[in-house]
Amino acid sequence: MTDLNTSAKNTWCPGCGNFAILGSIKAVINALIEEGTPKEKIVIVSGIGCHAKIADYLNVNSFYSLHGRVVPVATAIKLANPELKVIGFAGDGDCYGEGLEHLLFAAKRNVDITMIVHNNRVYGLTTGQYTPTSPLGYKGRSTPGGSKELPINPLEIALASGATYVARGFSNNMDLMKKLFKEGILHKGFALVDVLQVCVTFFNMYDYYNKKAYELVDHNTGRFDDAMKKLREWDYNMNVPIALGTFYKKEDTTFDENYHQPDIDKNKRLLKIQELLKKYI
Amino acid sequence: MEISILIGGKAGEGIDQSSLIIAKLINQLGYQIYVYRDYPSIIRGGHTFSIIRGAQRKISVHSDKIDFLLALNEDCIELHKNRLKESTCIIYDSDVLKPENIPAGSKSAGIPLTKITKEENAIPIMKNSCILGSFCRASGIKWEVLDQVFRNNLHKELDQNLKIARRGYDEAKETDCKIPKASEKTPMPVVTGNDAISLGLVNAGLEAFLAYPMTPTSGVLHFLAQQAEEFSLKVVHPESEIAVMLMATGFAYAGKRVAVATSGGGFCLMTEGLSFAAMAELPVVIVLGQRPGPSTGLPTYTCQTELHFALNAGQGEFARFIVAPGDADEAYYWSAAALDIAWKYQMPSFVLTDKTLSEGNFNLNTDSKCFISKAELSPVLWDGNNAAGYKRYQITETGVSPLAFVPTKDAVVKINSYEHDEAGITTEEPDITKKMQDKRLLKEKYLIQDLDKLRTVEVYGNKDASAKTAIVCWGSNKGVCIELGEKLGLKVIQPVVLSPFPENKFREALKGVEKTIYVENNSTGQLERLVRTYGFKADKMILKYDGRPFSLEDLEEELKK
Repeated sequence: MTDLNTSAKNTWCPGCGNFAILGSIKAVINALIEEGTPKEKIVIVSGIGCHAKIADYLNVNSFYSLHGRVVPVATAIKLANPELKVIGFAGDGDCYGEGLEHLLFAAKRNVDITMIVHNNRVYGLTTGQYTPTSPLGYKGRSTPGGSKELPINPLEIALASGATYVARGFSNNMDLMKKLFKEGILHKGFALVDVLQVCVTFFNMYDYYNKKAYELVDHNTGRFDDAMKKLREWDYNMNVPIALGTFYKKEDTTFDENYHQPDIDKNKRLLKIQELLKKYI
Repeated sequence: MEISILIGGKAGEGIDQSSLIIAKLINQLGYQIYVYRDYPSIIRGGHTFSIIRGAQRKISVHSDKIDFLLALNEDCIELHKNRLKESTCIIYDSDVLKPENIPAGSKSAGIPLTKITKEENAIPIMKNSCILGSFCRASGIKWEVLDQVFRNNLHKELDQNLKIARRGYDEAKETDCKIPKASEKTPMPVVTGNDAISLGLVNAGLEAFLAYPMTPTSGVLHFLAQQAEEFSLKVVHPESEIAVMLMATGFAYAGKRVAVATSGGGFCLMTEGLSFAAMAELPVVIVLGQRPGPSTGLPTYTCQTELHFALNAGQGEFARFIVAPGDADEAYYWSAAALDIAWKYQMPSFVLTDKTLSEGNFNLNTDSKCFISKAELSPVLWDGNNAAGYKRYQITETGVSPLAFVPTKDAVVKINSYEHDEAGITTEEPDITKKMQDKRLLKEKYLIQDLDKLRTVEVYGNKDASAKTAIVCWGSNKGVCIELGEKLGLKVIQPVVLSPFPENKFREALKGVEKTIYVENNSTGQLERLVRTYGFKADKMILKYDGRPFSLEDLEEELKK
């Protein structure tokens, strides 16, 4: 087992769902290393928010970026070097709010990165405001009378935009998280794993999710329409059963593999420039 | 001996391409050229024109007075009457314009461009080839020269274009408006400022380029996208300038030399990424093309209003390199230097341009080694010694931490937008916070030492000790100021690097000068405002902010006031 701990002191609240995500990804990274992926080829990218501290807590290559900007950074790292396994961590405010546009484009491009979204449906680090996935009527510090808008269903948006792997996990189900994270990382193409991660301080949904969540069985992950139907069952607002697991999985060409970059002799740049300039006369 | 030709018509009628052909024809006669392009921000209609100027010296400004007017429509005569001299030769489409439309007494040749183009079953845009043929005949440019330039530059329907040009050539008569050969020298390539910037970046080892299209720097995106295979570049056009800047930092993290290009509005969206790049010490080059604002302003016109924006953009305090080239040669050499500097000092590096430089045409001389000389601008790489583990933000004497990129065996590379310790782990400790801020700022001190070896301030015009008056200019005003400085006996001082400001060299250049005149394309005197913080001040300011560059005549009149 590779020691993936750092010297950083963990400052998540006791009982935070992020611990389970950290534990799961450590297990998955260790498994990947044991199966032959060199540790240096693993890169994690985080945004800003409670989730993002994971960059400090994992002793692997990391890129602690900006709020909402995990996806463009992860996309670029993959484009720069397709040999890398790039795993993005983001919050729901981060990835479904300020950075939603990037998520759509990554799905549209089917770039081979994995996004793990710590979806606690509340802004934690800024102390309890509603997010794009908070239920209607959520009472937070910016919506004391209750939020006046319906949540978005991020999985529906990702699938509609072209994501080729779409799954939902729950921070109280580590075995499933490990399975989904690994599947997502090994999937060739854009993978989104939305994790219902519980914020014990501002929006404690443990009991609710424990009651409502169920794991998908006999679901055909290869059919778009089935996936869409299934992931629309719960719209992040209604009081209905919540499906967990893989909704959709399909192999397709990826953005990064379409970037052909021939080897050129770098010492010949000037010569090539001068050759090219002959056409400018 | 010099020559000015104006060609005009409706936007979308091919004026742009024709002006480039004319420039190349003149170039073949041994002139050095400059092309000023004036076009509205629309795709079809409206008036578009270019002024092609040829001279026996390096130039980068147009003249208001013209020797030839090539008129594809009526507007051309009406709008450019004031530019005509007694000797101006007007060549026009006689199917659109009648002789009574032409100012009385002027030399003119009406050619039935529309009729000829129709007879040849050609699309209307090929009228351009016809008028170019007539222009060659009237100006005494040999058919062989036109034939060669067409072959080099037209990639579609070459035969038909040549045929139509020949009809235009045969239809016209030789006139006494002959353009004499200027020299026997081999013509130098004709490029835009955007081409020169692109080539400079490529020469310095560019590996990736990202941009969201925006005038006036879209040309950099188009050029590099076109050349991506040839130079092994990854060129990406992402969803927004926010993505552009953040993606650039991702490329830099993986060790790829990267640049982005935009204009002020796009740069607004890049500022969070810029500040991040500074904090994370990820090298990025930003090509920033200024245009008149505020806001959307005049998208296709020129100005120098973003100097202070570039100097101050981004939250927090951090060092940055800013260079403002004045012509294609400087754009080529300094863009390369900007990339090298970004990598050596792991800081944001700007190439500040404007529409005049970016979209104007110039001769490019890549053999000229005058700009960059002795400075050693290689990045500092990690030696792989892992006793203490790799530290991305290791504190060193120069503030520059050795670079390792993912994937490097035994190196965990941690980048962080928060304040961080040497290993890249988040910190809020006061001691480390101060140390890290000092470390980042320290890099500027060593950059200044490198810049001392480069020509960061250029002096032209009257360099004698007797020159008591100096024109101070920056960026694309270089050319007009040099020509008038020489004509009027004034010294011309051009700070090329604007951050870190080359205070000592600037002071040196001002030695003996008693009066300074600042020439700028903005309404507040942005360079003057910058140098004031170093204790310098202007005696006079000549500011132009109508979206148009100074012509020779514009500035001469102002200087003589």
